[in-house]
Amino acid sequence: METIIKVSDLCKSYDSGFEALKGINLNIHAGEIFALLGPNGAGKTTLISTVCGIVSPTSGSVEVSGYDIVKDYRRTRELIGLVPQELTLGAFDTVWNTLQFSRGLFGKSPNPAYLEKTLRDLSLFDKRDQILMSLSGGMKRRVLIAKALAHEPRILFLDEPTAGVDVELRKDMWKLVANMRESGVTIILTTHYIEEAEEIADRIGVINKGEILLVDKKSDLIKKMGKKQLVIDLREPISEIPSALSQYNLEIANDGRSLVYLYDVKQDRTGITTLLIELREQGLLLKDIKTEESSLEDIFVELVRR
Amino acid sequence: MNFQAVKVIYKFEMLRTWKTLLQSIASPVVSTTLYFVVFGAAIGSRIEHIDGVSYGVFIVPGLLMLSILTQSISNASFGIFFPKFTGTIYEILSAPVSFIEVLLGYVGAAATKSLILGLIILLTASAFVPLQIAHPIWMMGFLLLTCISFSLFGFIIGLWANNFEKLELIPRLVITPLVFLGGSFYSVDMLPAFWQKITLLNPVLYLISGFRWSFFEVADVSVLTSLTMILVFLGLCLGAIFLIFKTGYRLKQ
Repeated sequence: METIIKVSDLCKSYDSGFEALKGINLNIHAGEIFALLGPNGAGKTTLISTVCGIVSPTSGSVEVSGYDIVKDYRRTRELIGLVPQELTLGAFDTVWNTLQFSRGLFGKSPNPAYLEKTLRDLSLFDKRDQILMSLSGGMKRRVLIAKALAHEPRILFLDEPTAGVDVELRKDMWKLVANMRESGVTIILTTHYIEEAEEIADRIGVINKGEILLVDKKSDLIKKMGKKQLVIDLREPISEIPSALSQYNLEIANDGRSLVYLYDVKQDRTGITTLLIELREQGLLLKDIKTEESSLEDIFVELVRR
Repeated sequence: MNFQAVKVIYKFEMLRTWKTLLQSIASPVVSTTLYFVVFGAAIGSRIEHIDGVSYGVFIVPGLLMLSILTQSISNASFGIFFPKFTGTIYEILSAPVSFIEVLLGYVGAAATKSLILGLIILLTASAFVPLQIAHPIWMMGFLLLTCISFSLFGFIIGLWANNFEKLELIPRLVITPLVFLGGSFYSVDMLPAFWQKITLLNPVLYLISGFRWSFFEVADVSVLTSLTMILVFLGLCLGAIFLIFKTGYRLKQ
């Protein structure tokens, strides 16, 4: 798979001495949706800002589409669109004018048809003549996205895009992200809403205290790190686990109406078959059986706590 | 070279001027007119000619410089300070632009505004006093160089300032006194010998002197010295801005 962003041994220390990034190595594949997960202060925004040119790295290098972000900054920056975390917009410009500004700043000649489409996709076209300071928070967030898309970038960074936005915008945004991915745009988003990453990302990176803890495909990550549990609902409640079943490390749940069996999906022999045979031999009648997988959130919390 | 970026920065900065027409153009014109009424007509009529020029006419170049210097600094400093203040500077920093394009856009617009203002004030002055310009090309040259170099200086102040107080500090506490003490309203010959020497340390004196020479062919210092001084100042400002962008001082973390 083609690598579109290559981060090598990237370090960033601020004047205060705080090490925001400690030797980050990361490859982003062309056309994927990559979610960078991490708690507040983990280094997500610093990493994004460095790739975009807003923060100067202390050491290490970043290549975008094979070009160095320092030496060939013109080539790398024209490929990138950034939606910042904060609602940083001017006050007195109109929506339309600020989009024209963004497009021109990135060296693109005016294209009203493209800008109109972008505004329509974000349900902003009706607001095109409104001045920015009169817009609501949600509308400002949409304008920031439109500005990032104004120069038709091949890579889009979304820094905490859904922080404080309503359900409608969130849905619109993910629809837009999906459409962009289909057109070949690479999307990197930071979030601490794990369900977002779980829903839309192809690959996930977890960052904490300036270090990448792991990078993996979402499905593989859940498979590798995840544990499954088998929940067995009983027809009659029990007060204690029969001694013959003690080897299975079962737990009683739901006031004795359920038994929970935790097993590792990586093992070939999960022990489920013998457990079910044993249950029958013990005379326990089953009402229902279901399996539950660990969520990304469980995995994330476990990783960050380590 | 990213010409589109230069174009949009310039266009949007100029758009700000038209939106704030009263503040950008009308206000300095009114205050300069008041100077003409007070110093030119009321008090000036009782003051003797200076170097063969009536007082009302003599102060025209100085008054022009006073407005141009303060407005160039104010326009350019605010132009770059505002995106820093609102956080929208991220867009400039992440765009494929070098410091040259940013300068051409912001400083170009600030200098254009000052030039327009200077020409309006000149027209206003000619309504009050009989104005003659001995060397119009030199006059335009000095006007243009002053607009550019002090817009560059204003740009530096805008980059340096991290609050509104600092933004106003240098124009009000340094530039205005230097202009007033740089011979805007008098000839240096009128000062005692000691103060004449002290005044020579004031860089604004060279600007006003050269500019006044282009009007009346009278000057406190030679016109070439004036030209050299303004070019040196321009070069220093350019060098400082180059370093600021190279190091990211007050721009990047």
